[in-house]
Amino acid sequence: MSKEVLITVCTGTGGIASGGEDVLAAFREALSSAGITASCRERCRVQRVGCKGFCSQDVLVDVAVNGAITTYRKVRPDMVARIVSEHIVAGMPVAEWVVDGSYHAFHEKQKKVVLSHCGVIDPEEIQSYRAVGGYGAAERAVLSMTPEEIIAVIKRSRLRGRGGGGFPTGLKWELCARHTADTKYVVCNGNESDPGAFMDTSLMEGDPHSVIEGMIICAKAVGSHRGYIYTKAEYALAVKRLNRAIEHCYAAGFLGKGIFGSDFDFDVEVFPAPGAFVCGEATALLRSLEGKRGMPSAKIWRTAEKGLWNKPTVLNNVETFANIPKIIEKGSQWFSRLGTERSGGTKVFSLSGKVRNTGLIEVPIGTTLREIIFDIGGGIEGGKACKGVHIGGPTGGCIPAARFDMEVDYESLAQAGSMMGSGGMVVLDETSCIVDTTRFFVGVIQGESCGKCAPCRIGTKRMLEILERIAGGRAKEGDLELLEELAHSIRETSLCGLGMTAPNPVLSTLRYFRDEYEEHIRRKRCRAAVCKALLTYSVVESACTGCGACKRVCPADAIRGTRKKPHRIDANLCVRCGTCLDACKFNAIMKV
Amino acid sequence: MEKTLQALVDECRDTRGNIVSLLRRVEDHFGFIPEDAVYWLSRALDIPASRFFGVATFYSQFHLKPRGRHTIRICRGTACHVKGSEKLISRVLMELDIPPDDDTTPDLTFTIEKINCVGACGIAPVAVLDDEIVGNATLHTVLNGIRELKKRS
Amino acid sequence: MSTTVTLRIDGRNVTVEKFSTILDAARTLEIPIPTLCHHPDLVPYGGCRLCLVEIKGAPRPVASCTTFVKDGLEVTTSSPRLERLRKTTLELILSDHPRDCMTCERAGDCKLQELAYFYGIRDPRFEGERRIYRTKDKNPCIARDMEKCILCGLCVRVCDEIQGVAAIDFAYRGFRTMVTPPFERELDCEFCGQCVAVCPTGALTGAMWAQKGRQDMRDVETICPYCGCGCTLTLHIRRNEVIRVSSRRETLNEGWLCAKGRFGYEFIHRTDRLKKPLVRIVPKSEAAALVKSGWSHERAASFFREVSWDDALDLVAARLGEIKERHGSDAIGGISSARCTNEENYLFQKFIRGAIGTNNVDHCARY
Repeated sequence: MSKEVLITVCTGTGGIASGGEDVLAAFREALSSAGITASCRERCRVQRVGCKGFCSQDVLVDVAVNGAITTYRKVRPDMVARIVSEHIVAGMPVAEWVVDGSYHAFHEKQKKVVLSHCGVIDPEEIQSYRAVGGYGAAERAVLSMTPEEIIAVIKRSRLRGRGGGGFPTGLKWELCARHTADTKYVVCNGNESDPGAFMDTSLMEGDPHSVIEGMIICAKAVGSHRGYIYTKAEYALAVKRLNRAIEHCYAAGFLGKGIFGSDFDFDVEVFPAPGAFVCGEATALLRSLEGKRGMPSAKIWRTAEKGLWNKPTVLNNVETFANIPKIIEKGSQWFSRLGTERSGGTKVFSLSGKVRNTGLIEVPIGTTLREIIFDIGGGIEGGKACKGVHIGGPTGGCIPAARFDMEVDYESLAQAGSMMGSGGMVVLDETSCIVDTTRFFVGVIQGESCGKCAPCRIGTKRMLEILERIAGGRAKEGDLELLEELAHSIRETSLCGLGMTAPNPVLSTLRYFRDEYEEHIRRKRCRAAVCKALLTYSVVESACTGCGACKRVCPADAIRGTRKKPHRIDANLCVRCGTCLDACKFNAIMKV
Repeated sequence: MEKTLQALVDECRDTRGNIVSLLRRVEDHFGFIPEDAVYWLSRALDIPASRFFGVATFYSQFHLKPRGRHTIRICRGTACHVKGSEKLISRVLMELDIPPDDDTTPDLTFTIEKINCVGACGIAPVAVLDDEIVGNATLHTVLNGIRELKKRS
Repeated sequence: MSTTVTLRIDGRNVTVEKFSTILDAARTLEIPIPTLCHHPDLVPYGGCRLCLVEIKGAPRPVASCTTFVKDGLEVTTSSPRLERLRKTTLELILSDHPRDCMTCERAGDCKLQELAYFYGIRDPRFEGERRIYRTKDKNPCIARDMEKCILCGLCVRVCDEIQGVAAIDFAYRGFRTMVTPPFERELDCEFCGQCVAVCPTGALTGAMWAQKGRQDMRDVETICPYCGCGCTLTLHIRRNEVIRVSSRRETLNEGWLCAKGRFGYEFIHRTDRLKKPLVRIVPKSEAAALVKSGWSHERAASFFREVSWDDALDLVAARLGEIKERHGSDAIGGISSARCTNEENYLFQKFIRGAIGTNNVDHCARY
């Protein structure tokens, strides 16, 4: 048998959660018992890879026989034996388990740059990264490029900070390089805390070396010898894989004293942070890295001048660093052509919410929202009407479906009242209530405010309280105007980026969905039937068979009725939990 | 305790005074941050105890009270929220008889933690029982997992 | 390179040192900008967001206390927009502050109250949850009412930067943030009261201020009697009673005091305070026995006789002379006090060395 078999199993957090490690073990087991491992020897490999992006279909497994790749979806360990015997041994892929068209549509419109190795290489082995050209760029930068040359390339590439702010990366490096100091630092911001976004985590898990390589190149460009990767301790897998990658780098001579045989030293350390959203803000992150409370401070000095321990510091996001090796490798022109006139390259988004295909996606900057949501995302689940998309995490904003032809870049999003932010995209359909989602996001922000400045500490609390009043049917005339004024005021007066952007969800939804707020206040009606206090559950008598299923599950004892006769819900006792709705098999319970 | 703390201090000698690093080690070792440990470190390193307290209460992963032997983390990120994680959390709290305003069972067996996104939104809602991730979690599957943990301990 | 910067504030040119803040520059022009978290001797904080100013060309207002001046800046310190923003921020702060000025020790001396007065805020438009703290301290010096705390951080900074104690710090975050001793225990510190002096609200007050009055106070400047540092005190006197002590920033001690100077004024009005020289009439050994057998302080006063200063000094001079003659100069030693001034201490050692003739002289601060 002269087959070359490569089986890659997704072991990102999503993959592991769906049983990726078990599937991996099952493949190893099945291959050896089928005698394939023995017959093909080194040409048969099973490897773990990082997130493949299409998380709703996990565990995803690529089976490549002599280079022909077949992707299986939702693989469970008990499916492995059949895949091995039919596909690998007999050469007939198991058609019923192979991914359908949506998987290919999902990938077709994407342009993988940062994620190009994610889901392809084994993140735990440095050779796997070397095999795809890894550390070539760093080697070239350290051995044969001057700092000025590196900075010039990055500047020409028009790469901008992927953390959300969009500050030109080359300029940032140049500012730092210009300052002379005995010590300079390179810090990687991996404090991704947006509930619903996981691209930085996936990168650190799926391709940790690219982040380290980017940091090495940056260190050379600005003349730093010490780097930190600030990430959340909760992301245990990312911390583990980064540490392993760093260990491998030291062994290979890519980190430490005289890297790549040059006289340049660079050390990197992972700092697992104990968790605070606000530490994604530059000044707060640096204070936290110094071991203090992560409270932002006024930017009297630029970070490039006085950053970590008052030394010149470059602070870039994970995705920004991961872009660097590709730019050095393929040139600034190639990179800048991918994007728009003002920002080059691609952007990773995590697509979630009421969209058919959820997961990690990467598209050239300037792609329209319509392409992202309908072509890549496959449109709305169950063919419902799309209401809008919330972009940029809790402090981002909502963009209505009517504006989906907008090209996504830093400026257009800001103009529309949203922001690139973390890159989280939550798609909302007609069953999502604008007031409820806004309340959710403001609630997250409120819980994460550091408490330093009054507008953010108290202002977000008051915004949340007003939103709760609206959602709870207790709002009065004037509340909406008060909310709007408060939001504007918080935006203008807050100390840091978190406070400044905290009103985004409120202001953007007030701009596009004001009628929905007004409906909640004046007509006490939630058109998406989400806001509990405004709902009434009732039994559709013609459909009710009197089976009693609802009565049995009702936690409040609010349902009355005799068997085989239509039941009734006592609106005074009903706690609007919706359990009866789920329990009814006859669609006889209605919520309005 | 003194010996342990001295060892922890020695371990991070080059980051001496980095309160976050110190407290992380204390938390890893004791499972929470005991008050006495803070006073000991404060004296040993000549750092005011108020700083330790300020840092310990700022970050969500530091705890000042003993935790349960098992931790059940339930995600309430956007995707999980949309798919009903709040309801799941309140039901699990009720099932485990955890007093209001608390997160740990009185017998220190279980601690419920609400977390923001584990990065598995495709299979929301997600619960993490110790290290095991449960996707598409329902009250039923979470309670089953809890029963398993109980049996093992 | 020039070490000064020239900018325009409200249409007036001003030249200040490089690395001054806009707030500093405005204050040299005596332009009032409201602040709650600023103190000229402490590291700028930028937390209250009231000192916002507009800079021509900048998209949003900046906090003047944390923005350096730059050549050619055009700053506006007051405009309808700025006043609206300041008022909203004040309303927010007041919405999380008990409105009990009628019983607050700080009323009349409260920066928050004064700003609310200037902005005409009777009822803030925002209402909602307020932080509730029940614990009260038992110490006799500093009274904490943390519900009134506006988290300006002045007390935290003064305790750390000026006093070097850091007995308190911020804890928790977001709406729950508070200033507290470790583990929310009772305050256990030097009780210097520097925090009380800088607190802009009634969150930190002197425990002995309570119900002693807030109006009709007369201020008297004096020097602290406790040690040779000679801090200037301002006594706040009402109906001939000292009811508070503070110190002005323009003084030698820059307004900072210690626990004794700030809170140790109770002795002034004590009835058993020593005011005139007394001469012992019952020998010491007998007196000790009587006290042991249960004599009260009032009765023990009868061991002494009140005399004039002249009589007292005559007695001391005579006795010292006797001892010197009989036992020699070295039988006498003198210990002077840190409560005396330098000049007094100098004179004392000169007296011991020159008049008594011995080198047996020392000072309590050496122990």
